[in-house]
Amino acid sequence: MSHAAAELKMTTAPAPRTRPNTGGRSSDALPAATLVQWLRDMMLIREFENRCAQAYQQAKIGGFCHLYTGQEAAAVGTIAATNPDDPIVTAYRDHGHALARGMDPGACMAEMFGKATGCAKGKGGSMHMFDKPHWLFGGHGIVGAQTALGTGLAFAARYEWEVLKRPLANPGVTGATPAKKKVCLTYLGDGALNQGVLHESMNLAGLWDIPVIYIVENNGYSMGTAIARGTTMAHDLTKKAEAYGMRGEIIDGFDVIDLYDAFKPLVDWCRENQKPAFVDLKTYRYLGHSMSDPQKYRTKDEVEQFKSKDSIDRMAHVLMNERKNKDSTPVLSEQAFTDLQTSIKEQVRHAMEFAENSPVPDASELHTDVYLNPMPNLSPTAEYRHGAKNPLL
Amino acid sequence: MTTIEHTIELPDFSKPLPPREGDRVIQFREALREAMSEEMRRDERIFLMGEEVAQYNGAYKISQGMLDEFGPKRIIDAPISENGFAGLAVGAAMYGLKPIIEFMSWSFSLVAADQILNNVPKMLYMSGGQWGCPVVFRGNDGAGGQLGSTHSWCVEGLYSNVPGMKIAIPSNPYDAKGLLKTAIRELDPVFFLESERMLGDKGHVPPEEYYIPFGQARLAREGGDCTLVSFGRPVHFCMEAAETLAQSGIECDVLDMRTIRPLDIDAVIESVKKTGRVVVVDQCWPFASVASEVCTQVMERAFDWLDHPPVRVNTEDVPTPYAKNLEAAYLPNAGRIAAAVRNAVGAK
Ligand SMILES: Cc1ncc(C[n+]2csc(CCOP(=O)(O)OP(=O)(O)O)c2C)c(N)n1
Ligand SMILES: [Mg+2]
Repeated sequence: MSHAAAELKMTTAPAPRTRPNTGGRSSDALPAATLVQWLRDMMLIREFENRCAQAYQQAKIGGFCHLYTGQEAAAVGTIAATNPDDPIVTAYRDHGHALARGMDPGACMAEMFGKATGCAKGKGGSMHMFDKPHWLFGGHGIVGAQTALGTGLAFAARYEWEVLKRPLANPGVTGATPAKKKVCLTYLGDGALNQGVLHESMNLAGLWDIPVIYIVENNGYSMGTAIARGTTMAHDLTKKAEAYGMRGEIIDGFDVIDLYDAFKPLVDWCRENQKPAFVDLKTYRYLGHSMSDPQKYRTKDEVEQFKSKDSIDRMAHVLMNERKNKDSTPVLSEQAFTDLQTSIKEQVRHAMEFAENSPVPDASELHTDVYLNPMPNLSPTAEYRHGAKNPLL
Repeated sequence: MTTIEHTIELPDFSKPLPPREGDRVIQFREALREAMSEEMRRDERIFLMGEEVAQYNGAYKISQGMLDEFGPKRIIDAPISENGFAGLAVGAAMYGLKPIIEFMSWSFSLVAADQILNNVPKMLYMSGGQWGCPVVFRGNDGAGGQLGSTHSWCVEGLYSNVPGMKIAIPSNPYDAKGLLKTAIRELDPVFFLESERMLGDKGHVPPEEYYIPFGQARLAREGGDCTLVSFGRPVHFCMEAAETLAQSGIECDVLDMRTIRPLDIDAVIESVKKTGRVVVVDQCWPFASVASEVCTQVMERAFDWLDHPPVRVNTEDVPTPYAKNLEAAYLPNAGRIAAAVRNAVGAK
């Protein structure tokens, strides 16, 4: 077994749990429909990524494309614990976060196809998913860079609540709706643990009580480098949090309900107390780092072991067997599950068609969105203009 | 679903600018402070962050007294983490605030290069127009006086290569205030380059509010024999050279560009069509510098009007030396500028 797998303290497939229904867990208060929605979100991401892989093989998607397969519970379980207007920011493995946040799969796929209807009008690509209406501040390609942005988003959210005291949506209205306390989720890969910018960011967040949660989606590898080969104290990353004066927690990312139950109280605590936190979220990616990865650094066995505790299978099992309605029928029937599968396939097929049939960006879009206030002589060769409205706005 | 809507209103540029002459004489650093303070009084979304800006009153006393007026939530002492706080400003600006980030020196901005070159100017494009990044980054640029190689950076050569931000480089208190106020009101990110060597310079700064539009050069001196183009501190060397040259009957137009992105090339071309000669003075290294860019644009647009190839006067193409005499020889100075002009006009 590789270092990474050892780190993750893998055991063989865990026995299905019988969830104690005694209260005290955040998820107990949730209606069954919400849990079914989580399952649906995870299945949507899985199907979406499968279709991405196909489209990539057909050269309909270019550049780098990093799939989220295996990690679905991480985005779905953490985002479920936020409010829709809490800002979030992530790295380049970002399709899952975008979909979990509610981005239209068509806009997400069209972006990868380089189409005008994409969430960034075809100017961003797979690594740059932005969705303003859903408070998703990107997809970022430089390992670790987004951790400073997330710190700034949370800083601004705190400033809005504490200094402006009113939502930025109506800056002119003093004393109208009071601003609320927010939390920013900032996702990073385990590889970003070794970037200076994360450490500067965590220091600032600890210093100034910035309500940001750094979520390390610890899938054990950065490309082909197992975590312990690149990161000190890989067996206890929370020590890093401690060093910056913030709460650090290790959370299992394979069971979405457990994940939510562990994460929700942390989000609530950070929001209420306006403090930062750090989460070592154990997860695993089933596929290669990007679309061209022979995966010589890990064994097939290791991958299979992780697949055996697949978060989607597990959630489906829980909803179809463990969670019961009042009349003791399972909250998800076999039929309902099949319908779910069908509707997701249909939804992603639509997204593919939408991306396929959408127009490429107009040639004039090359010179738009460079400046919000274009003026003459900004460039010796280019004349900047205002662009078409972003399809998400 | 709620969206973040925020508007930063561009100033009204239709009002004529107040006279440059007068007796309200203040220092360059005070002009900068007035610009920030006036805008901060107007708009609570603005905050100032940087090393030593608050309790220490500014490493160069630019923000003196601002902590007292605006308090620690808006005048914020940052630890020495340029990449961290530059990136924090990016996130804060995307969210809807208006950060002013002071780099103690632009030399130190190099450790924040990823944030200021990858994120700041590209966010609007990468997000397909969803988020701009209206941060003002400001600080000392250029040789400060025997600070040696690592502390004497002129970043405009490097940074002006990147599309997406605007770059202002004032040479005097009047322009410093008017340009900084405009920078703070800009919708786009602005790199604002000051000079440690000019912070104590004094000049009239009118009491009334004014905003200097970007992309408009100032004709600092008029003459028909040669066009001198510069920005920031070397404008003064040009004025000195022009003074000397006038004594031998050579008259120069001196253009203070004030901003280099946008670059008021129209003003340069207009002058070159009159003089037939251009000398560009730039305190960056010569290779792929702003001076090279100006020379190229002149050749592209006014080749037929030229009586002499465009000339650039840059710093010497070596790391910045420490020794006083070597540093003086390294920088562009009035002597080198005057010699270049004499050469161009054919007067020996
Ligand atoms: C600064 C920087 N260096 C290198 C790269 C190339 N690169 C892209 S992803 C990656 C691995 C990052 O792994 P990790 O942070 O664990 O995220 P994961 O891919 O596992 O989601 C590398 C080296 C980059 N994008 N940015
Ligand atoms: Mg990883």
